[in-house]
Amino acid sequence: MNGKLLNRYLWPAVAVLALFGVFMFALARIGSGDLVVSDIPSPLIGKMAPAVDLPTIAGDEARFTSASMLGKPWLLNVWGTWCPACRDEHPALMEMAPVIGVPIVGLDWKDDAGDARNWLASLGNPYHAVAFDPVGRTAIDFGVYGAPETFLIGADGRVLAKFIGPLTMEAWETKLKPKLLAANGGQP
Amino acid sequence: MTPELGHFALALALALALAQTFFGLMGGWKRRSRWMDATHSAVVGQAVFVAAAFAMLSRAFMTNDFSVAYVANNSNSALPALFKFSALWGAHEGSLLLWIFILSLWSVAVSLFSKSLPESFRARVVGILGLVSVGFLSFTLGTSNPFLRLIPAAADGADLNPLLQDVALAVHPPMLYTGYVGTAVAFAFACAAMFEGRLDATWARWTRPWTTVAWLFLTVGIALGSWWAYYELGWGGWWFWDPVENASFMPWLMSTALIHSLAVTEKRGLFKSWTLLLSIFAFSLSLLGTFLVRSGVLVSVHSFASDPARGIFILGLLTFFIIGSLLLFAWRAPLLKSSAGFGLFSREAFLLLNNVLLVVSAALILLGTLWPLFMDAFSLGKISVGPPYFNAIFLVPGVPLVVAIGVGMHSTWKHSRLAPKPVVFGVLAAVAAVLALGFMVWLSHYTLLAAVGFMAGVFVIGASLYEPWQRWRGGHSLPAAVLGMTIAHIGVGMFTIGVTGVESSKIERDIALGVGDSTEVAGYVFKLESLKPVQGPNYNATEGEVTVRHDGDLVATLHPQKRSYWVRTMPMTEAGIAVGPGRDLFAALGEDLGGGRWSVRVQYKPLIRYIWLGALVMAIGGLLATADRRYRRRRPEEVAVASNSAHAEG
Repeated sequence: MNGKLLNRYLWPAVAVLALFGVFMFALARIGSGDLVVSDIPSPLIGKMAPAVDLPTIAGDEARFTSASMLGKPWLLNVWGTWCPACRDEHPALMEMAPVIGVPIVGLDWKDDAGDARNWLASLGNPYHAVAFDPVGRTAIDFGVYGAPETFLIGADGRVLAKFIGPLTMEAWETKLKPKLLAANGGQP
Repeated sequence: MTPELGHFALALALALALAQTFFGLMGGWKRRSRWMDATHSAVVGQAVFVAAAFAMLSRAFMTNDFSVAYVANNSNSALPALFKFSALWGAHEGSLLLWIFILSLWSVAVSLFSKSLPESFRARVVGILGLVSVGFLSFTLGTSNPFLRLIPAAADGADLNPLLQDVALAVHPPMLYTGYVGTAVAFAFACAAMFEGRLDATWARWTRPWTTVAWLFLTVGIALGSWWAYYELGWGGWWFWDPVENASFMPWLMSTALIHSLAVTEKRGLFKSWTLLLSIFAFSLSLLGTFLVRSGVLVSVHSFASDPARGIFILGLLTFFIIGSLLLFAWRAPLLKSSAGFGLFSREAFLLLNNVLLVVSAALILLGTLWPLFMDAFSLGKISVGPPYFNAIFLVPGVPLVVAIGVGMHSTWKHSRLAPKPVVFGVLAAVAAVLALGFMVWLSHYTLLAAVGFMAGVFVIGASLYEPWQRWRGGHSLPAAVLGMTIAHIGVGMFTIGVTGVESSKIERDIALGVGDSTEVAGYVFKLESLKPVQGPNYNATEGEVTVRHDGDLVATLHPQKRSYWVRTMPMTEAGIAVGPGRDLFAALGEDLGGGRWSVRVQYKPLIRYIWLGALVMAIGGLLATADRRYRRRRPEEVAVASNSAHAEG
């Protein structure tokens, strides 16, 4: 067989092999947790957080406004009673709330206020306040596309980081807290 | 007990698939008739056991056996019976089982209808299909067993994803998979031909009907998916360039190229290595689609549970089949020599152009689909490639392709001569221009792109009708193959007109409406008459009544719904659509804005029906073409060739 001819007919195999090399590499990185394809960076990072002005799930006249949080960093945690992953996340929030030194504000998204109150009554309430967003208006401003999602907002009202999926103590320590420290010039 | 029987049946099917592979490939190689004969029983046996597994899983769904994890995750006692049945393929494990079931049916069909092929060739085709079966059965048994028990059993199921509770979507996966898996048959024929060293025109003729049938199922499957997205997602679009949609569209483009290139190989003995390569790539892209959807390397709205372990298994399968067949190609293709030449405007040249354009679009779509993954894998940034890119790369090869169909259909083999006189094309082009102008006046939309689109669509339909008209005038008969081609190309023209109409002149408006409010779109006044709560078998909904008036006359009453399914508490939009030959009128309820006002999406979609109707007509054309007599008759010279080649080296 002519060696030169063989080369020409071999190149489809070589090209496909190279493509698979990339797939293998991507899969290996996903497997090791190094690469998270669903981790879409928020365009809000570094920008002023959208204003929040919503009633709370208490159902009375009280409102939650993001202006009231200015001057201290805080977390905005988007959840709903309809979201199984939020149930998984809840114990972690209960664990974190008293120790991380940053208030967690809930954004109850596309939910029923009564269901949300029952949920907090039975599972415990880790939240500093819970804003109620039944139509998802505020969540759209934040670019939320699934629950749970958590935003870290700095003392100056800027979004420092976004975390997608159930938050854990470890994620707080490794993903969010460093952003807060960096924003404060190393000061906690 | 039945779930365990189903699991056991799958294991037996795997054993039979191994036997089918061994007897098929080894029997074909060693020319042992008894081994080759054994493949028949293995194929049928495998199909019986896969069908048994399928029936067991189906039974678990119908009887609400929530001790089976897959059933508990994808069904619910309140789910209507039809959806309990279709829930079987509502998620990863079951859809794999459906894939295997369809493959086993294709294998039985190949085994039955290939009696006239040389024995060793048939055995090898069946052996390769067996190998594909082995791969997918071990994938299912190894990583995705649908019969796993849930201990303790769930009290009730988590319900089928409400998006999938729809009749079109119950039918869409079986259609699409029949098409996907059908590409495996063309692949098996190509591999068998390479093993056998029998790469002549007869191989192309044997492959053609199978490829066309696979292609027509793909066409119908994709059209159904598009139609479903239109009325169920509530956005009113018909194609979103989602990675999963692309995964089905690329094999379609490749199969379309393949059925055309097979024509050249059959009639003229040319493009042999190209045809082989297309057979390999059509199947490879079907497998690649499976990999992209199931491995979780791409983010898609089709959220199948994905995990990297499955991804690695599928990648292994892909590597084995694609690299294996391409190495076989590298070994065999140099032996192929086509010496015949053809003229610049011969039919061969037009079909070559068709192939180049189709393959280029498939390659560009593949690039756009994978690019975000490449960037991400090498940490070069997160990007998404959206509709502007895909629309552009689809239009650029698409428009010349449609025009080339119109002219190319009338070219002759080998010589640069068009059957009709040039004046015929002039008249056709003039008629197309007038009709295109008519469309544009009707839609009051004047752009170059719309003009080109309408003209191309009308031109193709006119050009397709020319030959049947000539034959009818001359009193000649019309063979099924020519009739099929004509009809399929009319479908292409209808599709082109539909796409041009919708994309140039659609009007979409999102507006807040209270009861009694109205809005006007393209001369149609949409009025929200009432809102009322309704209850379905497993959901609650708010149903709006929207009347549509044109010049004061009532033309339609739409009933869009916003549903909330009980178990998954997922809001779902059920659009209200008034279908018409000229336009669709579409209304969907968005969000409750409070105070009795709702955000409502109203749309005017001219000619959108012709997109799906065009696809259906293409499929009907394909069906007619496979009915051509020459695929069922065995030519005397072929019998001689078959008996001779039995002594040649394979």
